[in-house]
Amino acid sequence: MENLLMLPLVLPVLAAIVSLFAKNSLNFRKVSGVFFTLAQFVVAIMILVKVYRDGIQVLQVGSWAAPFGITLVADMFSAIMLFFAGLIGFTVSVYALGMMDERRLKFHFYLLFNILLLGVNGAFITGDVFNLYVWFEVMLISSFVLVTLGGERKQLEGAVKYVTINMVSSMLFLAAAGLLYGKMGTLNMADLAVKLQNTSSSNLVNSSAMLFFIAFGIKAAVFPFFFWLPASYHTPPVAVTALFAGLLTKVGVYAMIRFFTLFFIPLGGIWKELFLVTGGLTMLIGVFTAASQYDIRRILSFHIISQIGYMIMGLGFFTPLGIAGAIYYMGHNIVAKTNTFMVGGMVSKLKGTFELKSIGGLYKTHPYLALLFVVPAFALAGVPPLSGFFGKFILVKAGFDSHHFLVTAISLFVGLITLFSMIKIWNEGFWKKQPEDAEEVITYQEKKLGFAMIFPSVVLALFSIGMGVAVGFFFDLCMTAAHQLLEPSSYIKAVLGN
Amino acid sequence: MEIILAIVIGVLYAAGVYLLLRRSIVKLILGLIFFSHATNLLVFLAGSLSKVSPPFVQEGQEVAQASVADPLPQALVLTSLVIGFGITAFALVLIYRFYQSSGTVDFDQLKED
Repeated sequence: MENLLMLPLVLPVLAAIVSLFAKNSLNFRKVSGVFFTLAQFVVAIMILVKVYRDGIQVLQVGSWAAPFGITLVADMFSAIMLFFAGLIGFTVSVYALGMMDERRLKFHFYLLFNILLLGVNGAFITGDVFNLYVWFEVMLISSFVLVTLGGERKQLEGAVKYVTINMVSSMLFLAAAGLLYGKMGTLNMADLAVKLQNTSSSNLVNSSAMLFFIAFGIKAAVFPFFFWLPASYHTPPVAVTALFAGLLTKVGVYAMIRFFTLFFIPLGGIWKELFLVTGGLTMLIGVFTAASQYDIRRILSFHIISQIGYMIMGLGFFTPLGIAGAIYYMGHNIVAKTNTFMVGGMVSKLKGTFELKSIGGLYKTHPYLALLFVVPAFALAGVPPLSGFFGKFILVKAGFDSHHFLVTAISLFVGLITLFSMIKIWNEGFWKKQPEDAEEVITYQEKKLGFAMIFPSVVLALFSIGMGVAVGFFFDLCMTAAHQLLEPSSYIKAVLGN
Repeated sequence: MEIILAIVIGVLYAAGVYLLLRRSIVKLILGLIFFSHATNLLVFLAGSLSKVSPPFVQEGQEVAQASVADPLPQALVLTSLVIGFGITAFALVLIYRFYQSSGTVDFDQLKED
């Protein structure tokens, strides 16, 4: 059963190969693309169950013992993230059936989609710093192509910014890994954790830590490094944006939580304060810029940023409850954010535009769509009993328990503004009358929404509700993950033996 | 040797950052190339330089002779070079298509519409 950990990496590669061989049959590519993402989801559930029952799972690739070979590790945190990656992969691949145009599907959309998932899965289960860099690159290169796929002018503009900033962040990541290797002589995460605990010159490590912080911060779009995200995320087709919004930034947050709990925060320094300050500023700036926008995709893009702030804040508390809150919030956000983008895509499919000023009246014509929007939007804003309420509740409780009142108050205030901008989309898009002078804007109209578009959105909405109703179960998982993260001895023991 | 390499790395980073901040998109790509080479050299140098034999195991022996170079930084640099070349090639195609569709290589001429 140890080889189970190989499957999240093998399946996407298989999907890519199958899709390459199916040269002429577009239908076959679609079916195989969806099939393989479903298979990944099933495997992710199996891994989650396995980790839940038997503890941390480790696979030494090629039977090379730990500090020398490549290690794949799935602890609770990885397993939870794999689970959400599988869920989003599956739902978005179904959604893309109805949303992507023929031309993009012909240019191997599903192949790139699966390779992107390969990178994401790999980043979640690797136990090696350099390996993480490679998985980041796998993920980024396929995301570069997905951003440009179709080659519209706007897309190319967005892609130039996206490629540049991500390339710079990869270089910083690589430099940090190289410097860390120079200082410590190893790149295996567990081995590094041991060696860093015993090092006498922990100050030297802070240069690497800062570079890691910047590199992951750019990928996660935290406060000073977020400008690329709204500049590029609104350009590709909405199925691609939904996937990116759900997963890519979270990989950055994942890496940050993993690295800083395992290596850097226990060494001391200003990291906790840094996370609290950047977390607070990320929330505030993201939500204020979001509130000033009138394009659905832009509002949602800026909201990605403000939501990242909550997770960083949870890391900054550095208590079990804070970390558990950050993980729970990440899961909730992956589900809800992807879903809001999906509904946004359906709105644009019906109305032909994302501009809130020229759409309206959707509640009258498509009441079920309005319902589909309400669930993730209220989840994001934190209305009980949906998932976001409990995510915020855990974080706020963790904040008060650890006496970080200011940043906690900011997070509550940001929840309020989030509600405001969700209500804005609701008012403008669904409630007000269709503006009459806007008829000319609408050039492309296809009034029917297919099953392939509604089904994934319903699944994710049910999941948002389920995460709120069955909060105890999910919270237990997150708490286990948080304990494993804060006491890395079990992780180290699982990887290195004794 | 370390000193010289360190200076080269510094100059490459400086040139890379300077070019990244220019308006021209061609210079941006050149900046990225400088940036990635500086990083590769940095990784190589961080693995420490030493006058020892290459990391090969002689025929008929189980382990290498006493002092060999650390192969890991070289492997890291090799991997990142390949990735860097791949992305640079992609970026070149991207700016060419960008130039074709927008008719300019100047960032200031781009306005949100």
